[in-house]
Amino acid sequence: MSDNLNKNEKELLIHVDDLSKHFDNLHALNGVSIDIYKGDVIFVVGPSGSGKSTFLRCLNRLEEPTGGKILFEGIDITDKKTDINKHRQKMGMVFQQFNLFPHMTVLKNLTLGPMKLQGKSKAEAEEEAMKLLERVGLADRAKAYPNQLSGGQKQRIAIVRALCMKPDVMLFDEPTSALDPEMVGEVLEVMRELAKENMTMVVVTHEIAFAKEIANRVIFMADGEIEEEGDAAEFFDNPKSERLKAFLAKVL
Amino acid sequence: MTFIDQFKQNFIEENRWKYILNGLGVTLRVTLFAVLIGIAIGFIVAIIRSTYEKTGKLKILNLLANIYLTVIRGTPVVVQLLIIYFVIFSSVRVDKIFVAIIAFGINSGAYVAEIIRSGIMSIDPGQMEAGRSLGFNYIQTMCYIIIPQAFKNVLPALGNEFIVLLKETSVAGYIALEDLTKGADIIRSQTYSPFVPLLSVAAIYLGIVMLLTFLLKKLERRLRSSER
Ligand SMILES: Nc1ncnc2c1ncn2[C@@H]1O[C@H](COP(=O)(O)OP(=O)(O)OP(=O)(O)O)[C@@H](O)[C@H]1O
Ligand SMILES: [Mg+2]
Repeated sequence: MSDNLNKNEKELLIHVDDLSKHFDNLHALNGVSIDIYKGDVIFVVGPSGSGKSTFLRCLNRLEEPTGGKILFEGIDITDKKTDINKHRQKMGMVFQQFNLFPHMTVLKNLTLGPMKLQGKSKAEAEEEAMKLLERVGLADRAKAYPNQLSGGQKQRIAIVRALCMKPDVMLFDEPTSALDPEMVGEVLEVMRELAKENMTMVVVTHEIAFAKEIANRVIFMADGEIEEEGDAAEFFDNPKSERLKAFLAKVL
Repeated sequence: MTFIDQFKQNFIEENRWKYILNGLGVTLRVTLFAVLIGIAIGFIVAIIRSTYEKTGKLKILNLLANIYLTVIRGTPVVVQLLIIYFVIFSSVRVDKIFVAIIAFGINSGAYVAEIIRSGIMSIDPGQMEAGRSLGFNYIQTMCYIIIPQAFKNVLPALGNEFIVLLKETSVAGYIALEDLTKGADIIRSQTYSPFVPLLSVAAIYLGIVMLLTFLLKKLERRLRSSER
């Protein structure tokens, strides 16, 4: 009960209602519902193929949902009449494979969106980009091309690229899975900082220890459904469903 | 007759060198403008086809594009040139250079389209997703992110296509356009000595092709170094 009261005080950011995604006969998502509040740091875990990526990619309609509804900041973005491009600007996304634009310098990667989509001047966009670059310790790489960067650097730049759009939520799909182990830490550090600044985050990851550390809520997905959901501490220390228990036993 | 005499007879007498110079001008003009038309058509067709392949949209345009590609690539360029001159423009008086530019441009567009399409399809789908996730629409993502990379990747193939086109324009004589090849042939028919005019023209084509190849290699190297 107290839990509910707490939530009501917080501002609802994304309301997901009975979301589903079918690929032909394959049901990747089966009626997922969840409310995401401002400042939430939600980690999504689960076995491979359970629909974690599909869920995340449906949130900004990179994957077109086949059923259900998503309200983002009160607006139904699953409605075909909604201009999804406008709302995507407010939903930053970070990919496993970084997906930096290889034909542009780091700085150009960061300023393209703000300049072309938000009408910022070059000077203004570059100033903001440089500030963020400094904060992730990569200001000296502004003039480099993505191919000249290490994996960890690329992913930090990719996070900054999303941040340059001043998003209201950040979506991460296994941001450290393509990295060499020694580079995972630097990316997690940036995410840790973001969480501290109350950025709303939805993170799909296999880094269970990291989830334990910074998540306030954790979702366990299985077969395209949310099998269990709870506060981080409760989730890990006191799992209820058998499948989650088995999953945690395997990964912890 | 010595070589010097032959040279004099074929090029100096009656200012015959003018056939070569004017012909070269015509060949270069036709090639240049046909290339521009080819690129314009090629881009449009390539975007239509790859959009259809990736999203299933633009069904009718894609069908038209396919018909265009099939017909153009399935018939000889000389026949296309003759049809455009004698059938399509039969009742209007038009500049032959204009006809040649249109014919070779339309022809080249079909080959350029396939080159650019393969370039677009070779770009990692993650690039489109990254662009879209920032809030760019499909066309913007194409213009800012996909096409520049695709263009860079296919530049060698495009350059090659233009070299092919330069040589292909040598059939323009079929509509009595006095291009480089036709110029040499006119000299030959006047002097009855084929050796010097034809070999000279061959050397000129070769020289231009080698120059273009050289410039292309340089451009390629520069584009590549910007990524490293
Ligand atoms: N584009 C697609 N076409 C067809 N099937 C798909 C497509 N994308 C995902 N799937 C299927 O949907 C199911 C869920 O996939 P999803 O990528 O969401 O899983 P995941 O939980 O992210 O797995 P992983 O941990 O391996 O990344 C899988 O069975 C997958 O094969
Ligand atoms: Mg996944």
